[in-house]
Amino acid sequence: MAKVTQLIHNYLRHSKRFPHVFCPGCGHGIVLGSLIRSIDSMGLAKDDVVLVAGIGCSGRIPVYVDFNTIHTTHGRALTFATGIKLANPRLKVIVVMGDGDALSIGGNHLIHAARRNIGVTALVLNNHIYGMTGGQSSCTTPTGSFSTTTPFGQLEDEFDISRVAKVCGASFVARTTVMQASAMDSLISEAVMHPGFGLVEILSPCHTQYGRKNRFKTCVDMYKWLQKSSPPLEKYRELTPEKQEKAIATGIFEKKDCEGLEEKYARMRRNLRGER
Amino acid sequence: MAARSRRNKTTEIFALGNEAVVEGALIAGGTFYAGYPITPSTEIAEEMSSRLPHLRGGVFIQMEDEIAGLGAVIGASLAGRKAMTATSGPGFSLMQEHIGYACITEVPLVLVNVMRAGPSTGMPTNPAQADVQQARWGTHGDHPIIVLSASDVQECLRLTVTAFNYAEKYRTPVILLLDEVTAHTREKISLPDPEDINIYSRLTPSMPPEWYMPYEDNMRGVAAMPPLGAGYRYHVTGLIHDDHGYPTSKPREVEHIMHRLFRKIDQFFYDIQIVDETQCEDAETCIIAYGCVARSAELAVQQARERGVRAGLLKLKTLFPFPRPAVEKMLRQCSSVVVPEMNMGQMSREIKRVNNGQSKILTLNRVDGQIITPGQILSKILKG
Amino acid sequence: MASKKGESRVKVFLDWCKGCGICAAFCPSKVLSVDKQGKIRVDHEDECINCGFCEIHCPDFAIMVYPREERPPFEANIDDVAPATREELHKIRNSNSK
Repeated sequence: MAKVTQLIHNYLRHSKRFPHVFCPGCGHGIVLGSLIRSIDSMGLAKDDVVLVAGIGCSGRIPVYVDFNTIHTTHGRALTFATGIKLANPRLKVIVVMGDGDALSIGGNHLIHAARRNIGVTALVLNNHIYGMTGGQSSCTTPTGSFSTTTPFGQLEDEFDISRVAKVCGASFVARTTVMQASAMDSLISEAVMHPGFGLVEILSPCHTQYGRKNRFKTCVDMYKWLQKSSPPLEKYRELTPEKQEKAIATGIFEKKDCEGLEEKYARMRRNLRGER
Repeated sequence: MAARSRRNKTTEIFALGNEAVVEGALIAGGTFYAGYPITPSTEIAEEMSSRLPHLRGGVFIQMEDEIAGLGAVIGASLAGRKAMTATSGPGFSLMQEHIGYACITEVPLVLVNVMRAGPSTGMPTNPAQADVQQARWGTHGDHPIIVLSASDVQECLRLTVTAFNYAEKYRTPVILLLDEVTAHTREKISLPDPEDINIYSRLTPSMPPEWYMPYEDNMRGVAAMPPLGAGYRYHVTGLIHDDHGYPTSKPREVEHIMHRLFRKIDQFFYDIQIVDETQCEDAETCIIAYGCVARSAELAVQQARERGVRAGLLKLKTLFPFPRPAVEKMLRQCSSVVVPEMNMGQMSREIKRVNNGQSKILTLNRVDGQIITPGQILSKILKG
Repeated sequence: MASKKGESRVKVFLDWCKGCGICAAFCPSKVLSVDKQGKIRVDHEDECINCGFCEIHCPDFAIMVYPREERPPFEANIDDVAPATREELHKIRNSNSK
């Protein structure tokens, strides 16, 4: 197993200070490790990977890894990624976003990236809260739970990120949790290799801002809860409807053969130019 | 060689201002357009959508909003493309955050803003010049920026080329302001031979990747910029960053980058300042104008001269950095300066700022969505 | 991946460890614990079955499992130095008084 750590060290930026900024027990570090392992397993060159991120805790991920990394504006990471992918389709563009980043301020861009099926991979790190700004409720904060802006409990219904992506036409949609790091590795690989728009929702608990206000004494409690309440899709389907309501299914929800927008565009261009 | 250069390759076409922008962009090497339709800039997008796919690597994409449009342009520019977008007032407001991002990350791009009347939705098909100060100061935080203004269709073409050149040379967003009248005027222009035009492209690094510093300070204040995927992996961030591109909040490093950002524009001021002087040599009354108003002013100068008034016109093509030396020269020379503009006094504010009591400044403002006529300017010159 | 007990060593990089306790809580062999200083301590190295959970679930890349016969890829240990135990102190005191 020592190779895993060595492998990660190969991809980290040596000029950056470690340990990284994330709070103790934050799942984002696990995602970072998983992302590195999956990129390594695909055999992609560091130069060919562009990691684009928005604002928030998740936005701090790219600075630590030695890829082409871009830390963009809040919610707009997918628009930058769209420009990069169309300008240079050879690049593998991976977008790291938080839940507020992807679904609140960037909701419009997410649904349109999914609709136009641009060949980028979106990793949405769902921690149910705005972590970096101090624990305000987000569009994925579960109904009834507490945050600094819902001191009496969240009244609004929450977004189901994977469902949103699926109905908007994303051609690859999957959900996993940071408790299933090996499964996450393969899902990220699959999404990156998928030709069209791929979205992987990753449940990454935030104990500092969300857990403490919602009766999780330690971050380990959150991880235990996550392990218990995130059955694979097959098991989830066997549950009674009452139990389904409390559980979060994980696995691949959508996978369809398709062609990314950049490929379609390149074909149109070849036809117009009379090439091949 | 001599024979080839004698051959006249210019062609004349009948074009809208918006179409001339497209011609200029293509001559300058633009291959990427992303935007969102908004009157009165739509012809630029339409023309781009049919022209770009014919080019090698050309990309046109209609995004979901203006924010996304400028985002995609920044992405494409990072990937090595000469990229642009076009919009009008409301879209320009939405783009402001990304303009700031492009300033701090030093991403070259061209943004054409076809100005229409009024705040908010205003009057989409009427002209105005009211986005001048927004172009300068619209995005938050201190930042340098280059703002150009075109007054006729031929200039739309030439200044688009210039805008791309400045963007690439100084690694900065360049805003080209048109007004609705200029954008929608159809007139004869000559398409220059691309070989006769000086095209500037960004410098890419010459050193091995390990040596490369993406925001290195050098004599020019502008570091070389590799495209994504070329082996120079670096971090781009909207946070204040150090020379290596990593976020920093150390006072010395923060001051360093802010000063360099301003210096890279300031030290090349005379390269960026473009003004046209018409009959200014002996002028006693000078009109300082830009955009479509400058065309009215040209006629007003003629008419004033016919009536024995020694009038001249200083046409500003660069609005920011403010062409202070050229303006100050006229302020010293003339007893009165007329500043006609289709807003409540956005440029005259700048001119008054540098006047220091040297000259009498007469403002002529029109905000009813109609252009300022030569007659209006003439009577301002005559009556004071 | 998994191997027999007693074949692996576990190394915690205390400099990077933030003591979140995920590795200790989910270790199937209870090899690890959180010590009083809020860092991870390796208690029962011999019990480790090299399942690898801790290594891929550590958010801080601060734990590493490697085969016992191999040297770790890098290490900066200050070996053989530890505070004296109560017995040692007692022994020293007695020997000096002689």
